[in-house]
Amino acid sequence: MRRIISILLLVIIAFGISLSLAKIPFGVPKTKVGRHYINEGVKETGATNIVTSVVVSYRGFDTLGEVTVLFIAAIGLGAVLTTGVKGEMRKVQPASLVLYTGCRLLFPLILVFGTYVFIHGHLTPGGGFQGGAIIASGFLLIYLGCRERRISRVASNLAESLGGLTFVVIGLLGLAFGGYFLLNFLPKGTANALLSAGIIPIIYIAIGFKVGSELAGIIDNLIEES
Amino acid sequence: MIVFVSFLVVLMLVGAVAASVFRDLISAVITAALVSLIASILFYFLQAPDVAMAEASIGAALTAAIFIIAIRRTKRYEE
Amino acid sequence: MNFLDSYIYYIGAFGLILIGLYIILVKHNLIKVIVGLGILDTGVNLFLISVGYITKGTAPIFSRSGIDSEYMVDPVPQALVLTAIVIGVAVLALALSLAIRLYQHYGTLNLRKIREQKW
Repeated sequence: MRRIISILLLVIIAFGISLSLAKIPFGVPKTKVGRHYINEGVKETGATNIVTSVVVSYRGFDTLGEVTVLFIAAIGLGAVLTTGVKGEMRKVQPASLVLYTGCRLLFPLILVFGTYVFIHGHLTPGGGFQGGAIIASGFLLIYLGCRERRISRVASNLAESLGGLTFVVIGLLGLAFGGYFLLNFLPKGTANALLSAGIIPIIYIAIGFKVGSELAGIIDNLIEES
Repeated sequence: MIVFVSFLVVLMLVGAVAASVFRDLISAVITAALVSLIASILFYFLQAPDVAMAEASIGAALTAAIFIIAIRRTKRYEE
Repeated sequence: MNFLDSYIYYIGAFGLILIGLYIILVKHNLIKVIVGLGILDTGVNLFLISVGYITKGTAPIFSRSGIDSEYMVDPVPQALVLTAIVIGVAVLALALSLAIRLYQHYGTLNLRKIREQKW
């Protein structure tokens, strides 16, 4: 009975969505805001990656909200999972020497690649979120390959808090120097250089540290059975 | 070109249907990660390299990893 | 062929949304419902990016000076979808932690059995 009603509901939704999708043309420019960001983006912000300048500079407040949502999810997961019943620790056999050595060899290379991705976020495709996810994948490799090494809780919490605090402090400095929150108050420099685009590299480095340590902390909370 | 994109879209839809049919939960999670990976390739064809990188690293790798760790702490087979 | 050329991305995103909704409505196991939530999320993001595409366009990055900016795709949907992907994974992680706590309390993950148990 429930299956028939849900299939009927899906047919009605499909009919409604397809009627309205047929009116949206594919491949035709639709908005004018996009054209304005493309034409004036490099002059106003200094970053050559237009998506980065939209995420950090034109729509920086939405990025602050997203960083807050990720923070709340990580805290909620930690709070829900540490009040459970204490189960017995599973017996894990230690990894073989090849796996152990391979994981330890790959881990610094993955960290360097993730750092490269979020430092060059304003010049090439990439940015804070992608770089942070790559760093979290490096920590996942350590958890899977060498079981007895863990990241220290103090360092992870410190990196996460410093990242979030840097974002908010830079926004408040923009409020103090200019007129509004997240004003770009550092010099813009020449385009396509590494030190350009004002506060955008600093914000992306803070976001990269924060997202990387947050996702690694989520995996740490899920693996530990306590 | 258009043949390749239609083949990828058909593969993605078949993978999504398979993720709803499998009874072994780990197979369902791996098929959902395949759907995310093909969506990341389609993002690249739609000229969005930032979004393709984010979807490939977050959707295909980290989501599958936290699902498998959570399944390990509960049951593996759907009853 | 012309119809397929213009609407293939819409059909893909639309099919993913419908399959994700079907999994959420019909399946009993809690982890499978969360998998369906993830598929629904991917479908919506694919639809948002395919709305912002311009035919024969290129990515909005000025890697060399003097690139013709006449045919660049829209950068605003890409920024919004970047936010949406990260929020999607945060919601999935929190939902899985609640599923683990439910399993520790009730001993099963079947939604019918959990609903029948009184207190």
